[in-house]
Amino acid sequence: MIALSLQNLDIFYGETQITHNINVEIKEGESFALVGESGSGKSTVLKAIAGLAPEWSGSISAFGQPRSHNIDQQFAKHCQMVFQDPYGSLHPRKTVDATLSEPLAIHGVSNQNGRVEDILVAVGLDRKFRFRYPHQLSGGQRQRVAIARALMLEPKLLLLDEPTSALDVSVQAEILNLLKRLRREQNLTFLMVTHNLPVVSFLCDRLAVMRHGRIVEIADVAELKRGALKEPYSRELMDISSAHAG
Amino acid sequence: MSLLEIENLRVTFPTPKGNIDVVRGISFNLDRERLGIVGESGSGKSMTGRAILKLIRAPGRVSADTFRFDGIDLRNQSEKAMRSIRGARISMVMQDPKFSLNPVMTVGEQIAEALQTHKRLPRREIRNRVHTMLEAVRIADPERVATLYPHEISGGMGQRVMIAMMLIPEPDLLIADEPTSALDVSVQAQVLDIIDEQVKRKGMGLIFISHDLNLVSSYCDRILVMNSGTIVEECNAGDLRNATHPYTRGLIAAIPQLNETRDELPVLDRSTWVAK
Amino acid sequence: MANVRSWLIDDSPSSRLQARLGRAYRISGALSRNPLAAIGAVIILILILTAIFAPWIATHDPLKQDLTQRLLRPSGINWMGTDELGRDIWSRVVYGARITLVIVVLVAVLAAPAGLVIGAVAGYFGGWIDRILMGITDIFLSMPKLILALALVAALGPGIENAIIAIAITSWPGYARIARAETLTFKNSEFIAAIRLQGASSLRVILGHVLPLCTSSMIVRVTLDMAGIILTAAGLGFIGLGAQPPLPEWGAMIARGRSFILDQWWVATMPGFAIIIVSLGFCFLGDGLRDVLDPKSGEQR
Ligand SMILES: Nc1ncnc2c1ncn2[C@@H]1O[C@H](COP(=O)(O)OP(=O)(O)OP(=O)(O)O)[C@@H](O)[C@H]1O
Ligand SMILES: Nc1ncnc2c1ncn2[C@@H]1O[C@H](COP(=O)(O)OP(=O)(O)OP(=O)(O)O)[C@@H](O)[C@H]1O
Ligand SMILES: [Mg+2]
Ligand SMILES: [Mg+2]
Repeated sequence: MIALSLQNLDIFYGETQITHNINVEIKEGESFALVGESGSGKSTVLKAIAGLAPEWSGSISAFGQPRSHNIDQQFAKHCQMVFQDPYGSLHPRKTVDATLSEPLAIHGVSNQNGRVEDILVAVGLDRKFRFRYPHQLSGGQRQRVAIARALMLEPKLLLLDEPTSALDVSVQAEILNLLKRLRREQNLTFLMVTHNLPVVSFLCDRLAVMRHGRIVEIADVAELKRGALKEPYSRELMDISSAHAG
Repeated sequence: MSLLEIENLRVTFPTPKGNIDVVRGISFNLDRERLGIVGESGSGKSMTGRAILKLIRAPGRVSADTFRFDGIDLRNQSEKAMRSIRGARISMVMQDPKFSLNPVMTVGEQIAEALQTHKRLPRREIRNRVHTMLEAVRIADPERVATLYPHEISGGMGQRVMIAMMLIPEPDLLIADEPTSALDVSVQAQVLDIIDEQVKRKGMGLIFISHDLNLVSSYCDRILVMNSGTIVEECNAGDLRNATHPYTRGLIAAIPQLNETRDELPVLDRSTWVAK
Repeated sequence: MANVRSWLIDDSPSSRLQARLGRAYRISGALSRNPLAAIGAVIILILILTAIFAPWIATHDPLKQDLTQRLLRPSGINWMGTDELGRDIWSRVVYGARITLVIVVLVAVLAAPAGLVIGAVAGYFGGWIDRILMGITDIFLSMPKLILALALVAALGPGIENAIIAIAITSWPGYARIARAETLTFKNSEFIAAIRLQGASSLRVILGHVLPLCTSSMIVRVTLDMAGIILTAAGLGFIGLGAQPPLPEWGAMIARGRSFILDQWWVATMPGFAIIIVSLGFCFLGDGLRDVLDPKSGEQR
């Protein structure tokens, strides 16, 4: 089954057209990466899917259902987003517990207490963190909370916007392992924006390379690993990445 | 004489449970070179950077045995004197640009303000300078981006705007705290080139704080590895790969590879090096 | 004791209650380390206690006139002397604390939440809602407070209740402005986006997530404004539009003492002292609270 399909997606902010003709199909259970130039519209694509960038034309459909332009409660249950910046995405005056209970309260789910406890275990956060405020958590712990919040409603599709770029390598490794495990356990579908090709190689099955608001290439991760991307821009990214690692 | 001499630098925060040192007596010198600082989250990298500018917020305290910048003893500089040093002679790119930019002012206005505090310029000239600055950091349509608010620009653009603002006064020392973590590798390389140009041409000193060990080892001259407020290892950038300290080795092992085959990445095992 | 303290400062609380109490404890700890704020807090506490226990603290009936005892100097019997109708000034000042406290509390309860909600709604939605709400706010702001209050009281008729309403109506616009400014700085932040993505209604976002972020600057501002509110109330009392005789309101007391200021200085001065001390108390406390609650200093990174 197709988890997410974007067809001829053009996204606008007022007068400015940000993306041009985006076409992507992601199968259920797949992990798909969106890489490319800074400012090319990767986050914008995620925002349009989530409903935070309502001006678009073309079509977005998730699990066979076409998506409306705004945020809607029903869609929220299937699809959640994790933001790039763990410092900016948690409410500074809410404890971890309050942050995690909120989606349950919105959707009138019962047994909030038990669900919060379960999710903390799932993302590997000790119980002692439950009543802390964000400023008492490290960047990696905050990002775990953000992931836990996204998983609270048991969505099937997770939109990840550079989930590890603000984290140090060892915490990045923890989060990547966590994401990989959760995907396996809960059969999640990922659409992940990143600029880090090694991360793509570790976590993803396919990738799309974006530049100037267009997708220039869609490839299998196997091709990335072999260094066999075709487009010149993709090759440039790949070459710089391997030069650093070299 | 070095540009920056630091001996036994400490940053202390009082907490209800007693004082904690988040930077515990580190010493290093910096010439007109590129010094990288790496280390895990919470190891005190940002605090070190802020301490150099005396930007640690109360109740935090900074102390040091030697703390000299270009011959000036920073320890007994008044807040007023520090303000004239900050920005003009030492500037810092803060870790989270979106937090550091003013959310209710456009990007263009903020850069213009940075220009104006530096020198008096006519209106037209400022507009042009703002646009050239944005172009210099590889922002494609400066006209449009200058009119956007911080929440309307992409993560990477925010970082580039910060870098542009900090380079305007042509400081002698630039402290860059994770300046490029949200940039794709290609733009990252170009932006680093701009910084590099100032290092080479003007002899600017650079402290480059980052968690990207690969990047630091290929871009910097020298590297300090920090862990819980101390420097655990110091080496030439090229030798990072041969680092011996288990902490450094642990960090290196946690980096995914371009042709990754491991099913699970190793994470730091803190028990092995916590010793002492 | 040591146990309670370590339970409070535990950075891994095990229940909501413990987390909240811990935060309150840290704030009060920080406050008590700030000498001016501590003085302010003590003054306010004394004001509150005085208001509650007025019948026990007062030495006389504040309303009882005794023309044989007119305009007596402060003495062992009449600690602050007596006024022109022979009433004990000390007792009147003590009972006056009740009126002051009622004014202050009612204004805070009426004006601050109204301003908060209007400002947050304007800032959050923006667009024409913002323009209309802020237009109204600006109209109110552009008129001098005391004059507006005067006009309102003149229209509603003199009396303490109307004075309170008038003061509340004149003070919400300032709060609306602050709440709007605060809201603007974080309405585009990711944590608000994240909550919206979970399907929360605008009402829920504003009440549950935007307002809590405005409250600390609002508390500071309201505390600092208290001095002004007390003075406005006293001013209205002074010109006879606030509390009506024989209520022992401090401003009205000064007004009556004015005629004897040269010969019987204590009649006007004693309530004047009370006003100054309480106003200062609120200012000190407000300043201290700003240092403690301001998210940019204090507890945050
Ligand atoms: N709210 C907005 N209003 C106007 N323009 C916007 C808005 N948000 C984003 N943009 C513009 O859309 C473009 C794409 O931004 P986006 O955040 O999608 O980039 P990105 O690919 O995620 O880049 P990065 O890797 O740097 O995060 C940018 O030119 C940005 O200025
Ligand atoms: N106000 C404060 N009170 C107490 N401790 C603090 C305060 N501010 C920071 N710290 C502590 O100082 C330590 C060092 O923080 P710092 O920001 O320098 O870390 P970092 O190395 O920059 O990490 P990252 O990679 O996550 O940015 C952290 O453990 C942090 O918890
Ligand atoms: Mg982005
Ligand atoms: Mg840091």
